[in-house]
Amino acid sequence: MSKANLLDRRQVVASLLADRKGAIAIGGLGASTYDIAAAGDHDRNFYLWGAMGGAVMIGLGIALAQPKLPVVVITGDGEMLMGMGSLATVGLQKPGNLTIVVLDNEAYGETGGQASHTAAGADLVGVAKACGIDKVFSMTTMAEVEAFAPSLQDVSAGPRFASVKIDAANLERALSNRDGTFIVNRIRGSLGFKPI
Amino acid sequence: MHVRAESSDEQATAWPEDIFEILQRFDVRQVPYVPDAGHSQLINRVLGEPSMRAVPLTTEEEGVALLAGAWAGGQRGALLMQSSGVGNCINMFSLTQIFRLPFLTLVTMRGEWGEFNPWQVPMGSSTQAVFELSGIKVLRASRADEVRDVVEAAAGQAYNACTPTAVLLSQRLIGAKVFTK
Repeated sequence: MSKANLLDRRQVVASLLADRKGAIAIGGLGASTYDIAAAGDHDRNFYLWGAMGGAVMIGLGIALAQPKLPVVVITGDGEMLMGMGSLATVGLQKPGNLTIVVLDNEAYGETGGQASHTAAGADLVGVAKACGIDKVFSMTTMAEVEAFAPSLQDVSAGPRFASVKIDAANLERALSNRDGTFIVNRIRGSLGFKPI
Repeated sequence: MHVRAESSDEQATAWPEDIFEILQRFDVRQVPYVPDAGHSQLINRVLGEPSMRAVPLTTEEEGVALLAGAWAGGQRGALLMQSSGVGNCINMFSLTQIFRLPFLTLVTMRGEWGEFNPWQVPMGSSTQAVFELSGIKVLRASRADEVRDVVEAAAGQAYNACTPTAVLLSQRLIGAKVFTK
């Protein structure tokens, strides 16, 4: 099923978030949210359990509101395909502090592993580039991921888009919080905002 | 029925200014939109205001997600769209309940008052019901002299009470689009 030498998604996300400092991390619907949870619960983790196609736009809203904070959206190829237009919206706004990482297993893992469009050659890196996101990366090794991770902290050089080819293995779910008001109010609290 | 091209009626062009003033007073910072002729004056005001970020969208549902992010990051926003865009948002509207978002959207209506284009009628006819089924309160302004009060009330309950609210700006207010060869 999976090709040789593809990366382990949990290792990729753990590496991206290992030295996150104050970064806000948004996980797209599905396994990406579990990956972020598996890397360690955090006040600034934004777990999505729905709203497929919305992860990048949620990241953009936060990035525009908090331009000095690193904001990283970590999502899957299926979720990204559903919100592909949002790459054009990001390309227009050009938030320096926003990084988008797509964990690309070329499949809809949550629903039985059906092939996604990237399996047939849809090129998300090319789409991002064509939408005006100049910093694009295509990564296939952990060395590349580890070299890329510190760039999340540079809040003036984005937006960045990275595709990481990962193994299609369905890992055990790492269930995060799923109460939306808790998740959002915890992030707001960590930024110093009080409840209404 | 008046048409959009006419601008002699002072109130007809004053209401977008009323909306802009209210958005400023409520400290609205992010204004996502899909363009609509009925919103063009307001969009231009937002584009010219340094304290506001105008965010053109490729589809309206992007705006719902953007406002969820804005709220998490400590900013208020308002989504501008026309009635045909409301249907594009349906699944993303779940965010307004899931996060108890201070969600405000201002919707210019088509398909309900002297409409020329039949393709606008189905979505225009279901716009209010779609919002209500999605748990979003609906207020409506049909005359220029009530826009200020209605938008003020909507912004108040959206931002002060975290009550997702849509304002429908009637096609009667905006004027039916005139199609000429």
